[in-house]
Amino acid sequence: MLATARTFTLDGISARPVRVEVDVHRGLPNFTIVGLPDAAVREARERVRAALVNCGFEFPLRRIVVNLAPASLRKAGPGMDLAIAAALLSASGQLEWEGLARVALAGELALDGSTRAVQGALAMAEAAREGGAEAIVLPAENGPEAALAEGIGVVPVEALGQLPALVTGEWDPPRPGPLPLQLDPPPGAPDLADLRGQPHLRHALEVAAAGGHSVLMVGPPGAGKSLAAGRLPSILPPLSLGEALEVARIASACGSLGTGLPAGRPFRAPHHTISAPGLVGGGAPPRPGEVTRAHRGVLFLDELCEFRRDALEALRAPLESGEVLISRVGGQRSLPCRFMLVAAANPCPCGRGEADPDCCCSPYEVQRYQGKLSGALADRIDILAAVRQPSAAEIGGAPGEPSAAVRERVRSARERQEERLGPGRCNAEMTPGEARACALSSGAGALLAELYARQRLSGRAHDRALRLARTIADLEGVEAIGEEQMAQALQMRRRDHG
Amino acid sequence: MAEPVACRECLRRSWLLAALGPYIEKVATGEAGTRSPELLRLSNEDLVEVAAPKVTAQMLGRLESLSEERLLEELLLAECWACCRHSELYPDSLRDAGDAPWALIGRGDPRFLDGLERFEAVTIVGARRATSYGREIARELGRELAAAGMVVVSGLAFGIDACAHRGAIDAGRTIAVLGCGPDVAYPASHRSLWRQICERGLVISEFPPGATPWRWTFPARNRIMAALAGMTVVVEAAIRSGSLITTDLAADLGRDLGAVPGPVTSRTSAGPNGLLAAGAHVIRDAQDVLDALLGPGRRPIAPAVPNLEPDLEAALAAVEAGHSTCDAVATATGLSGAAAATALSRLELLGYLTCSNLGTYLRTLSPSPGGPLFRLES
Repeated sequence: MLATARTFTLDGISARPVRVEVDVHRGLPNFTIVGLPDAAVREARERVRAALVNCGFEFPLRRIVVNLAPASLRKAGPGMDLAIAAALLSASGQLEWEGLARVALAGELALDGSTRAVQGALAMAEAAREGGAEAIVLPAENGPEAALAEGIGVVPVEALGQLPALVTGEWDPPRPGPLPLQLDPPPGAPDLADLRGQPHLRHALEVAAAGGHSVLMVGPPGAGKSLAAGRLPSILPPLSLGEALEVARIASACGSLGTGLPAGRPFRAPHHTISAPGLVGGGAPPRPGEVTRAHRGVLFLDELCEFRRDALEALRAPLESGEVLISRVGGQRSLPCRFMLVAAANPCPCGRGEADPDCCCSPYEVQRYQGKLSGALADRIDILAAVRQPSAAEIGGAPGEPSAAVRERVRSARERQEERLGPGRCNAEMTPGEARACALSSGAGALLAELYARQRLSGRAHDRALRLARTIADLEGVEAIGEEQMAQALQMRRRDHG
Repeated sequence: MAEPVACRECLRRSWLLAALGPYIEKVATGEAGTRSPELLRLSNEDLVEVAAPKVTAQMLGRLESLSEERLLEELLLAECWACCRHSELYPDSLRDAGDAPWALIGRGDPRFLDGLERFEAVTIVGARRATSYGREIARELGRELAAAGMVVVSGLAFGIDACAHRGAIDAGRTIAVLGCGPDVAYPASHRSLWRQICERGLVISEFPPGATPWRWTFPARNRIMAALAGMTVVVEAAIRSGSLITTDLAADLGRDLGAVPGPVTSRTSAGPNGLLAAGAHVIRDAQDVLDALLGPGRRPIAPAVPNLEPDLEAALAAVEAGHSTCDAVATATGLSGAAAATALSRLELLGYLTCSNLGTYLRTLSPSPGGPLFRLES
């Protein structure tokens, strides 16, 4: 007999529909899975066999062929166990489930028949809805996550043994409550008040948060660069519902949703030994990289000059376009990655800086080290903040302004930008045309023109100064960019050369 | 103008030096090649005998058979010219030295050498591994001296040398003296600076085109730098530094020495501070150099005393006190982060400060760069 069931395989952060066809007929007892399964899918044979037997079902001693369609799509992961088991029960006549084709199933099976959570439950629930399924049956642990998708029934099951009761209607579990989306950082998260003194660094962070500008902090070790970067999410505006869902979808695909993940905007700080595919995503099937995990949040690259050059080069296109394009045999996948880049670097390899008599770096070493600060990636960085060792008086002084107050200013600045540019956009994303259309006071225009003429600014640097000045003006609630704001923007902009 | 011409004997000498490069390297490299200026006093025959005793006859034979046409052709191919100690173009200042080069191979504008008096030229030397303080001073000195009509001589090395050239090239005349052929950009990363100087300044060397640098050729070129200028200024140098070889050579020739004072705790300022203790001229700006070389009385027209807003004045004072980042200035002056950024930005535009690519600020020497820099009262 033949039975089919619907399930999904995860590809990037989206779920691709897979049809499981199980045929049971006479012949030598055998159990084969065809249709480009990976090792984890092939091992489903052993898990399904044990789970059936341990739940009191009978494992048919006949020839069993499982086909995963479409055959051209590579299937990965253990999430197809439940669908294979259900289709097998139906094909062998142990379960009379005429509605099997109208539901989708996803879940991994333990040997005792209980279900285990899968990655990407939210994306699968959404894909099931797109595919016209009435409900999705999945492990109880994934229930709240899948319930974030509206317009589709969610049936959480704890074990394979519950299926007969579900089919006959004896047992009808209620739809689980959706996982609460946390738009704000949780109370007790790192607060900007910890950054004492350092008024300019605070101001630079505030401007960066208000306009979505990327920041580079340069200074000796222990000057508070990492501390400052870690506090950036706390002054960013809260996520909108749509953004929170995007973040949840990515976290779900990475299997990190609802596992003690800090709420609010993501903050990713990969180690500097990371490879290029690890940073931007890659592999077959493609897995999201750190930039995608930082979507709508902050990507912090500490020790920027220590990162591998190919990894930094790979960041360029995603920074510009807000998405990663990964080309594989089966086609091109696009992963979202609209994040804020925050980087930190030491002034030289030993970290002391040339002004320190103990610095023992040769000019060549320093040149090579700083070379990464002037490469193509650096061209995408808007703000340069020189950080210095805070004085004893500053460290022992009063705590700084708390994040909540700064965030209020940032939020209203973002509102002004959205009014001008459209929903969800910020100043850092302004096109050159939009940047040049910004209203300038005569003083600001003269200042920019003078610098442009004297320091031979590039066109890109010119527009960068305009974007920064616009953000500072938005923070202050000024309509046209004034001389004051332009002067600050010119101070803050990243320098091309010494 | 005197034509750049060189006699056959002198051209052959430069060829010989290049051919003896590896041999002299062996006998002259006790203390980083410091013996090379002494060796170069020797005649052709003695030099070959000392440096390459095993191949003396062979070397002298090859030297004798060199045709002048071939040497001139090589010069032409490398876009170089030559002038020798018997020609009119050869600078008089070099004639003082007993070990002066026989021929100078040049690339660039030969008019820079025409009638060059030694009080018209200043040599700026210093550490390759210089601090931003030293680099900034070297750039400003180079620029102001060039703007005041002096010829700035240096050696195209990393650090101080390159900064002095960079400062001078836009404002006036600069000469780079190399320890390799004038058509060889050494160090290679200074290729674009080398090309600029070839086009708008002058590169000279005692070695023929294509000659590679050896350790001993650097002290050798230092003696040319020391002899060419009326004053040698050390901007930054450690206590055992090649720059101090240049000052020793200059002192032997009776040239003036100048040194830029630095912090006594700084390793890179130990050299100049030591020279100052030994009686060198204190060089704080270009005017000190002009006073020492040309005598007092030649003064630049004093720039109008700037009238700055209080915020700007406070920020300028903070940078002068050594607060180099915007944060430090804000804390020192009590300004908010935004106000400090505004003040620093204005000061940079007015030319009082420069900002490095690491975001640290330095005070410039010149009160009004960008405008007319340095005019001398006649």
